[in-house]
Amino acid sequence: MTLLETRGLTKTFDGIKANTNVDFKLETGQIMALIGPNGAGKSTFVGMLCGRIPATSGQVFFNGKDISALPAHKRIALGMAYTFQITSVFGNLSVRENVALAVRRAGHLPEKQVQAKVDAVLERINLAERSEQIAGDLSYGHQRVLEIAMGLAQDPQLFILDEPTQGLAEAEISEFVALIKSLAGKTTILLIEHNMDVVMRSAEQITVLDAGGIIASGTPDEIRENAAVKSAYLGTNNAEG
Amino acid sequence: MSDLRKSYLFHAGVVVLLIVLYFTLPAYHAGNLARILVLAVYAMGYNILFGYTGLLSLGHALFFAAGMYGFGMAVSHLGLPTGFALVISLGFTALVAAVVGFLALRTKEVAFMIVTLMFAQAGYLTILYFGATTRGDEGFVLTQVQRTLFGLDLTQETTKFWAALVLFAASFLGTAALVKSRLGRALVAIRENEERARMLGYDTWQLKFTAVILSCCLSGVGGAAYALLFGYVGATFATVQYSILPLVWVLLGGAGTTIGPLIGVVFMFYLIEWSSNVTDAYMLIAGVVLVLLTLFAPEGLGGELRKRGFKWLP
Repeated sequence: MTLLETRGLTKTFDGIKANTNVDFKLETGQIMALIGPNGAGKSTFVGMLCGRIPATSGQVFFNGKDISALPAHKRIALGMAYTFQITSVFGNLSVRENVALAVRRAGHLPEKQVQAKVDAVLERINLAERSEQIAGDLSYGHQRVLEIAMGLAQDPQLFILDEPTQGLAEAEISEFVALIKSLAGKTTILLIEHNMDVVMRSAEQITVLDAGGIIASGTPDEIRENAAVKSAYLGTNNAEG
Repeated sequence: MSDLRKSYLFHAGVVVLLIVLYFTLPAYHAGNLARILVLAVYAMGYNILFGYTGLLSLGHALFFAAGMYGFGMAVSHLGLPTGFALVISLGFTALVAAVVGFLALRTKEVAFMIVTLMFAQAGYLTILYFGATTRGDEGFVLTQVQRTLFGLDLTQETTKFWAALVLFAASFLGTAALVKSRLGRALVAIRENEERARMLGYDTWQLKFTAVILSCCLSGVGGAAYALLFGYVGATFATVQYSILPLVWVLLGGAGTTIGPLIGVVFMFYLIEWSSNVTDAYMLIAGVVLVLLTLFAPEGLGGELRKRGFKWLP
């Protein structure tokens, strides 16, 4: 079953095309990585999926429903979660309250259950000891993990992560990969990632963007062997090497 | 003791303390209390928008005046009963708030400040333009009959104090309940990081609009109560000075604390009074003190309290 689909999605910034006619499909339960060189239009693309960036033209379908006209908060409420490329948490609030805000919006639970769920999420992501700390005082790595926790707390159908491992230490990256794998089957994941090791270890499908358009998609093995991908990354037209 | 219980005790304690002060302070200061409490209600309204939602309005005098004129003109010009006039005043303030909020929330930050300031100036000029009816700068005085509510004569010092205290307590406890609620916490989320709140699925526009309505209505109630208790309605209360005052009160007292508005009003009230006894250039003293406070207690007095051991202060 297709969870998310785009048709002809295009974004132009003052005449510069960030995305051109992107047709994209994401199957339910899949872990999909979105890769591509800097400036390929990856963040713009996912921004248009969750409504953060308005599309110039084209359509987005979620669960078969055309959501192109919906504002961001309504798309999120349909079951999307989004983590920012540049860490974005509520810096002056406690770790607990950060996650609680995510839980409260997503479900209409009484406060006791909200807190129980916050505890469960923090436990799962190894932040339980820091629940009373002010989020802004956490290390960069922990802030990134907190942001992932806020996504998990929403029980999303589709979890969009924009470069989640950027700036994480090796051990944290391994924990992240394990976490993503533990979500497999239940949560559909769209992952923008530069770390190829993470991509190869966690993704089932890979889509490659270059210059605002999809140049390849397939399994990790297929992408590894794809000539166009090599050319985009290595900047050669001769794809033998 | 849980933080929630501490908070309940604290809020109840403040109300009890005010009653004790009324009976123990010299008559002069006890007399000031009613005025301070009503102005604190105005400031609490402002605090909902500025302190908790992070929207800096420079036009709240418009809503204080809307409440004041809504009530004053309903009793004096339309001859409506006092209680009914208060309801009319609330409805009128809500209407003005809805229109201003709808338009001003299309802007952000500095633009929001300018737009609210302009609306308030437009309101002030409107009052002057219809001077024949509103009596403009000169204002008008309410009669004893117009200032009698549920058989209570609010021209009397004692009833005045109790009425102000009841209104203050309701607003104070109401604000405390609001900031603990789901709505209040969502407003704080907007103050802290609006984009993150939006991308958690909060309808930030609607939440901000709700905050505008709540804030302006409470400020309007302050304006209506001011007219009711002190018997005067005038355009002075719609001037830009009355838009700046709640900002100063809330900043000094501690933006985003429930007690901040009261502390700020008391502090400014006595700072001005004390400094004008010392010199004619009292604004100079007041100014220096304000600068010092902003330098050394940037989160206001209530904010400092919260930092130094009273973390649970809502």
